[in-house]
Amino acid sequence: MNKKYVLAYTIALATLIITMWLGVAIGSVRIPLEVLWNPSINETAANILWQIRMPRVLLAALVGASLAIAGAAFQGLLKNPLADPYTLGISSGASVGAVATIFFSISVPLLGIFTLPIFSMIGAIVTMFLVMSFARLVDRTMKMETLILTGIIFSSFLGSMISLMIALTGEELRQIMSWLLGSVSMRGWPYVQMIIPFVIIGSFILWWNRRELNAMLYGEERAQYLGVNVKRSKMQVLIGGSMLTGAAVAVSGTIGFVGLVVPHMTRMLWGADHHHLLPLSMLHGASLLIICDLISRTIIAPTELPIGVITSFVGAPVFAYIFFKQRRRKGVA
Amino acid sequence: MLHVQQVSGGYGNEAYVQDVSFTVQKGEILGVLGPNGSGKSTMLKLISGALPMLSGDVALQGKPLRAYAPKELAKKLAVLPQLHANTFTHTVREVVSLGRYPHQSGFFSSWRDEDEQAVVQAMAQTDVIQYADTEMEFLSGGEQQRVFVAQALAQKADVLFLDEPTNHLDIAHQRQLLDMVRTEAKIHGLTVVSIFHDMNLAALYCDRLLLMEKGRVRIIGEPHEVLVDAQIEQVYDVDVVTRAHPKEATPQVTILPSVSLQKEARVTAEHIHITEEAVVLQSPLPLRVLSSAVYNAGLGWYRTLINRTVDPLYDVTNVSDEFAQFIRKLGALPTNCVGMMTALTTDHAVIREFNSEAGHLIVAVTAGVGKAIDVSKTCERTSHYEVGTINTWVIVNGELTDEAFVQAMMTATEAKVKALQIEEVRDQTSNTIATGTATDSILIASTQQGQQHAYAGTASLLGKWVGHAVFETTVEAIQRYKQLKEMAR
Repeated sequence: MNKKYVLAYTIALATLIITMWLGVAIGSVRIPLEVLWNPSINETAANILWQIRMPRVLLAALVGASLAIAGAAFQGLLKNPLADPYTLGISSGASVGAVATIFFSISVPLLGIFTLPIFSMIGAIVTMFLVMSFARLVDRTMKMETLILTGIIFSSFLGSMISLMIALTGEELRQIMSWLLGSVSMRGWPYVQMIIPFVIIGSFILWWNRRELNAMLYGEERAQYLGVNVKRSKMQVLIGGSMLTGAAVAVSGTIGFVGLVVPHMTRMLWGADHHHLLPLSMLHGASLLIICDLISRTIIAPTELPIGVITSFVGAPVFAYIFFKQRRRKGVA
Repeated sequence: MLHVQQVSGGYGNEAYVQDVSFTVQKGEILGVLGPNGSGKSTMLKLISGALPMLSGDVALQGKPLRAYAPKELAKKLAVLPQLHANTFTHTVREVVSLGRYPHQSGFFSSWRDEDEQAVVQAMAQTDVIQYADTEMEFLSGGEQQRVFVAQALAQKADVLFLDEPTNHLDIAHQRQLLDMVRTEAKIHGLTVVSIFHDMNLAALYCDRLLLMEKGRVRIIGEPHEVLVDAQIEQVYDVDVVTRAHPKEATPQVTILPSVSLQKEARVTAEHIHITEEAVVLQSPLPLRVLSSAVYNAGLGWYRTLINRTVDPLYDVTNVSDEFAQFIRKLGALPTNCVGMMTALTTDHAVIREFNSEAGHLIVAVTAGVGKAIDVSKTCERTSHYEVGTINTWVIVNGELTDEAFVQAMMTATEAKVKALQIEEVRDQTSNTIATGTATDSILIASTQQGQQHAYAGTASLLGKWVGHAVFETTVEAIQRYKQLKEMAR
């Protein structure tokens, strides 16, 4: 590995460790670092650390990592710097699953508290397959343009379904609203445990396709000439990305722009080679979401802001900037 | 190596490309030509598997294309499609390294020395190695094109398909790229099928050419079979002239503009000015000239003809530069000028006009026959030749074919010999009738407007008049030479 990437990973890991420490240490109760290895010096602090802050920080890290790597992979696949799980309608699908669960008060005894997250994952994957099937109906070779347009159609439709359900909910409105804006608070260890297998499997699938993603940046035709099984890779990346998106939306609601901002920054800093772009995006995504969560719970303490408010506050201007730059580049060329 | 049999297909269910069949041998370069929209790129996509065929078969090394797994096919066949803009950019090395994709497998990195060597070699071959760590977006279109060529080469496939590989390249890099492709083909047995926009480049570098017309093969064959005027005119709907390449054994095609910018004009003796230094013809329109002149000999288009008087001891070692200076001093352009030299003063020049049924002819002769020789006796001579010169200009207001130019030269030469005979000019050494001098020069020029002359042999209309005119003028020039010599005594 060349020096550039040694530096890149060192910085990314150091940032993650520092943000994790800040994430567990700062809050209404300041937690001394010693508690980590010696809980007996302050039982209350140890409790807050292990039962509240640590799962919260880990969940933020896993959600951030999932959204970032999924965004990086979708952008590479779609050759579109503005693409992320939302463009394909996958997040909307996950949200519909979750909102429907709340609206109809669905409760499957066997799933218990996991009813909500599992339904939102199902929503994500079902939406992804619907989008894929519709795109294939429109165009047998599933051109990228067709996929994006299909995603927009499904997003709009699913968005209106969510709005309808919110309008009909009445008293449950606050709960749905807070879920929609996204949060990693008060989730605890069970949520961390349930997201981990999906994060590992999803990331593995995307990492497996890193060379194919590099090749597909130059167009599907060229990728095919290089020996890439384009259809298979495309399907794998979409499934891997949907799994990660579904899992993230399930445990934390709709947290926008992480999948857009992080890969863009990583690409600017370290280049577009997916070999490193994917893992570096994960690390940076984790750090970013921990920081955002820290800000959301401290900035107007004791009141907590939904984390999605913070990410959108940072993300929307970046989105505008990328859009502006892309259009300008196209205008010049 | 590659067998394409009755392939039809296109986008969707419409068979835009129909019934294409050809075979390419190992180490052969096949060029694909055709007008825009004739199906060249579609055909290449069909036979490379990027588009599904509606019917037909493609076999690569005896195995059907569809029987190959994607990676296996990429090891055998590399394709360079046309350049497209990209959103994200990799460094040059990363792009070229993608060419090693079919040779890699496994979850973890399996980059071997062999891969590194192939990448470095490909970058060196295409002259992009100095940009190895530069991002693609900072390269020009031509440089990007070379990077993608390097990517295809790094694939180390046996067969290479190229879609207009010289797009965006300047001529130096066009040559470099095609030289390299030819070297790979001839030395390492690379088999190449390449689409060309420029049929002259294709003729220079391809063993065979395939001409497409409306999705079908019009003809496949060696360049001289394909680049035939009538055929190109039909397929492209444009007037062309095919000529041999000046140095290579292959045809080159030139288009003929449908609108001529040349005004109609005539050349007469009034356009000739005689000064002490030279006889100069300044033509109102470019003349097509075939000559054995000192300056700008051969075939070309020129407006200024010069017959220059020089000292008999003129130093000929640097004649080209010296003559160019002289032309500039006259206010003419060296690239637009044909120049002869003679030791005779300009008052020796005889200029005659002939308003004949073969058109208006001008003949100008300076005949320095003091050192005349008999061509049939020259091989008996041992001493070196002394300088004497008969310079003959024949300017025709008319349009001559290439045959007519050559025949006009023969006719004019015969007329000159006859003039020497009539005037009894003798070879001083053998004492026989002379046929010319050792440094005679001749020039046939035509306006290429007006009356058309297919031939200028002695029996043709133009030939008769050229013979008559050159004979008359040369006789007069010899007489004047004798006269002036007499007077000088």
